[in-house]
Amino acid sequence: MPDDQIVENIEQFDVEAVNKKENRDLFKARTKIHPKRGYGLFRTLKWWIMGVTLGIYYLTPWLRWHRGESLPDQAVLIDFPARRFYFFFIEIWPQEFFFVTGLLVLAGVGLFLTTSVAGRMWCGYSCPQTVWTDLFLVVERFIEGDRNHRLRLDKAEMSASKFFKKIIKHAIWLLIAMLTGGAWIFYYADAPTLAAELFALEAPMIAYITVAVLTFTTYSLGGLMREQVCTYMCPWPRIMGAMMDEESLLVTYRKDRGEPRGSHKKDESWDGRGDCVDCNACVAVCPMGIDIRDGHQLECITCALCIDACDSVMNKVERPQGLIHYASFANEQRVAMGEKSSIRPVRPRTLAYLAIFCLIASIMVYGLFTRSDMDINVLRDRNPLFTQLSDGDIRNGFTFKILNKAHTTRTFALSVQGLKGLELKVIGAEKNLSGDTPLTTVKPDKLKSLRLLVTAPKGVMKSSSADIKFAIKELKTGEQAFYDSIFRGPEK
Amino acid sequence: MADQRPVDAVSGTETTGHEWDGIEELDTPIPNWWRYILYATIVWSIGYWIAMPAWPTISGHTKGLLGYSSRANVAEDIKVAAAAQSQFNDKLRQASLEQIRTNSELLEFALAGGRSAFNVNCSQCHGSGAQGFKGYPNLNDDEWLWGGSLKEISATITHGARNDTDDDAHSSEMPAFLKDELLKSNQIGDVAEYVLSLSKNSKDAKAASRGAPLYKEHCVSCHAEGGKGNKEFGAPALNNNIWLYGGDAASIKETISNSRKGVMPAWGALLDKDTIKKLAIYVHSLGGGK
Repeated sequence: MPDDQIVENIEQFDVEAVNKKENRDLFKARTKIHPKRGYGLFRTLKWWIMGVTLGIYYLTPWLRWHRGESLPDQAVLIDFPARRFYFFFIEIWPQEFFFVTGLLVLAGVGLFLTTSVAGRMWCGYSCPQTVWTDLFLVVERFIEGDRNHRLRLDKAEMSASKFFKKIIKHAIWLLIAMLTGGAWIFYYADAPTLAAELFALEAPMIAYITVAVLTFTTYSLGGLMREQVCTYMCPWPRIMGAMMDEESLLVTYRKDRGEPRGSHKKDESWDGRGDCVDCNACVAVCPMGIDIRDGHQLECITCALCIDACDSVMNKVERPQGLIHYASFANEQRVAMGEKSSIRPVRPRTLAYLAIFCLIASIMVYGLFTRSDMDINVLRDRNPLFTQLSDGDIRNGFTFKILNKAHTTRTFALSVQGLKGLELKVIGAEKNLSGDTPLTTVKPDKLKSLRLLVTAPKGVMKSSSADIKFAIKELKTGEQAFYDSIFRGPEK
Repeated sequence: MADQRPVDAVSGTETTGHEWDGIEELDTPIPNWWRYILYATIVWSIGYWIAMPAWPTISGHTKGLLGYSSRANVAEDIKVAAAAQSQFNDKLRQASLEQIRTNSELLEFALAGGRSAFNVNCSQCHGSGAQGFKGYPNLNDDEWLWGGSLKEISATITHGARNDTDDDAHSSEMPAFLKDELLKSNQIGDVAEYVLSLSKNSKDAKAASRGAPLYKEHCVSCHAEGGKGNKEFGAPALNNNIWLYGGDAASIKETISNSRKGVMPAWGALLDKDTIKKLAIYVHSLGGGK
């Protein structure tokens, strides 16, 4: 910029914090933010997190995991038609959906924990909104240049080159958005098959609709709306307030060290003034359009890019780093009182969140590793409740469902207990020799529904209802599963 | 109407002119993006009228250029379902009832089809659980008027009973002993008591013993010695506790006096052979099948 002054090789930015309280009239249209590229520790960390999270998102559906014949070999698959959820070695049936609920609870408590320790860490580093906005900014910077070039381009009259740059930028954004939507659907079907169908225009309509919707949201949220999503749309920052206390970490400008601020000429004395040289580097890199020196603000997602920017300036003017740093509100006060600066991540609140997290996690892991891979469900016939046979015996009908969650075909022996002389007959059992135990074979990872008839001899029922217990026994391992039911007869 | 509407000094927005205790109502226009979406929906609706069935006419409705019809979609869905079932239906057609019963894949298919056909066609009389009602036999138990083997069940469904549409329908007629003046009222009481004694429910041994020779004379030819019944004539067994029209003395007397004749339609004329096969398998599986 022409009016940038060079003082001690410190670039002085002519930048306005557009979302500063005084600048943000309620009815004012959004002022576009042109964040400058940052360099430093936190920027590097964010590049890594971006690479890892995007890598996980885009590549996970392509991982393979062998499960045996006739079962999907996709490592992570949400199979709605077959009602199964596969996650590497874990397979979840619909009735075990509480594991997914538990996972969501864990994610929630995990967010509580990180928020109470380090504030909006989620927002600043790993929220998809932040990651994709960062990715879109990379594209923007690649096509249109860094902050000053972009500012100039946006101010310039429309020209062929400007038009061309904008078109290319939006085209790449749309492509990224489409790939994002495209990756999402691969979690719900066999990825290679669906990919082939997708390009051959043979995929189900819902796949194209999903891609279209996610393309639209990714493009508009990451490319066009950006910081407005965090400030106006997202409910999480509002909820976060309840998890934070005065010891939670925040990106903080040290007023005690920085003020009074002002430009500083080389060889000038630092006596009687603050370390802030008022270069506005912290404002220039801020993706949220605020000035961190105004104190904590609701817009701040604690991405720490201003820390990087300020630290590099402090290096140049040979003052200690950390004029902007991660600190807690309580720490600020401690420093003001002349006490030692410290952070206190171990507090009753964080310990409580950690305890809840560990408790739920251990219950889930315990449940996961002790669950049986076979189960039965028994439904009594309600109509008729019982049937009286010609010889006076009483018969009840049941729908008997055997769940074989193992990945091998297994044979089960069926039995029932509870009344003297109960006889079990299975419609469609492979072997049903009289006096013998009925056997039935269930295919891998399948549920088999059978109709079961239980007959009680005349006279054994003392009242109109009796407790009975069904059992299945896996023939090879002898593993058993039980189900309690009742047997009904005529009123006595 | 005034040409110039009052403008609020603070916000610069026009007001509606309404004022309450000095508070004026601003007339803030709706946001542009909102307005444009409204316009877009209007444009969309015009396209929709042209593309899709929309306007009623005197004898029908406009068809739309895309030729969409929800009825045609249902027909298409049914066709797809029928195509998916056809491989099983083909196998089912070639298999005998006994083969279907012992093949778990065909059995599962036949039971599912039989259950739905039963609910549509049979449950009105026999009940949704085939539990039966007075005069309509319970199909869960092991007493069968016309036989409980797969073959017999299939024949009963196909031809029905005592209807005048099918020549092969089961037919038999129990005399109305009182109405036709074959027995006197007190004799009927004795026969009823004897019938009760066959299932050990009689409380009047004397009357039962008076009824025994009458039973031998009038009833044994159909209901057989000791009340065993005879499937040939659809004559129910009388020696157990299963009663189609009630097992108390009054109901039995009523039956003997005025006779009973249950009618069942011949489903062979109404349903295709595959469906009847499925129904036979389903009814047989309810538990009483022989």
